[in-house]
Amino acid sequence: MNLSFFDQFSSPSLLGIPLILIAMVFPALLLPSPGNRWINNRLSTLQLWFINLITKQLMTPLDKKGHKWALILTSLMMFLLLTNLLGLLPYTFTPTTQLSMNLALAFPLWLATLLTGLRNQPSVSLGHLLPEGTPTLLIPALILIETTSLLIRPLALGVRLTANLTAGHLLIQLISTATTTLMTTMPVVSLLTLAVLLLLTILEVAVAMIQAYVFVLLLSLYLQENI
Amino acid sequence: LPAAVLLKDTKLMDVKLGQLGSWLATRDFTPGGIMGAMRRGYERYYNKYINVRKGGLGGISMVLAAYVVLSYMWSYSHVKHDRRRKYH
Repeated sequence: MNLSFFDQFSSPSLLGIPLILIAMVFPALLLPSPGNRWINNRLSTLQLWFINLITKQLMTPLDKKGHKWALILTSLMMFLLLTNLLGLLPYTFTPTTQLSMNLALAFPLWLATLLTGLRNQPSVSLGHLLPEGTPTLLIPALILIETTSLLIRPLALGVRLTANLTAGHLLIQLISTATTTLMTTMPVVSLLTLAVLLLLTILEVAVAMIQAYVFVLLLSLYLQENI
Repeated sequence: LPAAVLLKDTKLMDVKLGQLGSWLATRDFTPGGIMGAMRRGYERYYNKYINVRKGGLGGISMVLAAYVVLSYMWSYSHVKHDRRRKYH
């Protein structure tokens, strides 16, 4: 029996040596840098096409100053996408289930957007704290609410990613345990559970991609407000 | 001495079993040498399976399968408690 369903999220280590670094660096192995040929191999062509798609999608709403952020946002997107998808393979470890890592990604980037806005255009940045057309009596309350919502953004970014992935992995483990346990006693119910597991896995693949996209999209939105 | 120089240049598959110890002694185990060996291994795999005109799913699937096997090996001591056994 499982000691605990949360054991899959403990940081992997081998004889006391932490392996999380290998889990984090491994996606880079799957992205070879294209050679200096006119037509590259299929993997490089696919990768280049995908990165162009993401970069165009992220950079279209931003003006020229925001294009300095293209490299970090695109690499963040590729990193999150690959780590989330690789975590769905059996026995692998997903670093993005660790809240520490997601907060470490969200906090500095959000803070960078905030400080960019406050430094370059302070009144416009602070002006975002009050939506247009609010009644005069509501202004103090709304400023407080908007400040809270601003300060909670990095927490929301990190926790959203962690919670989505952790919940998905836990569900997969629970339903697969149910399927294997029921196979001996009630095989038909076990087949139904297997169908649920199949649908859940498809959902998890979608969630892995969507969560990475949402993370980067929100960051680019915060950047648009502040650039 | 000529035999030692020739031994350094032979490939691993051509080394006789008795010469294995002396062959290993001629290899470069400095950090730079190990990085060089890893780089050569990577380039061999890349140029054989991925950097080809009509590469398929197999090239990248082998890497992912190796990653799964490696993750299983790393988490075995943890996973063995989850088996349905009377005595773990």
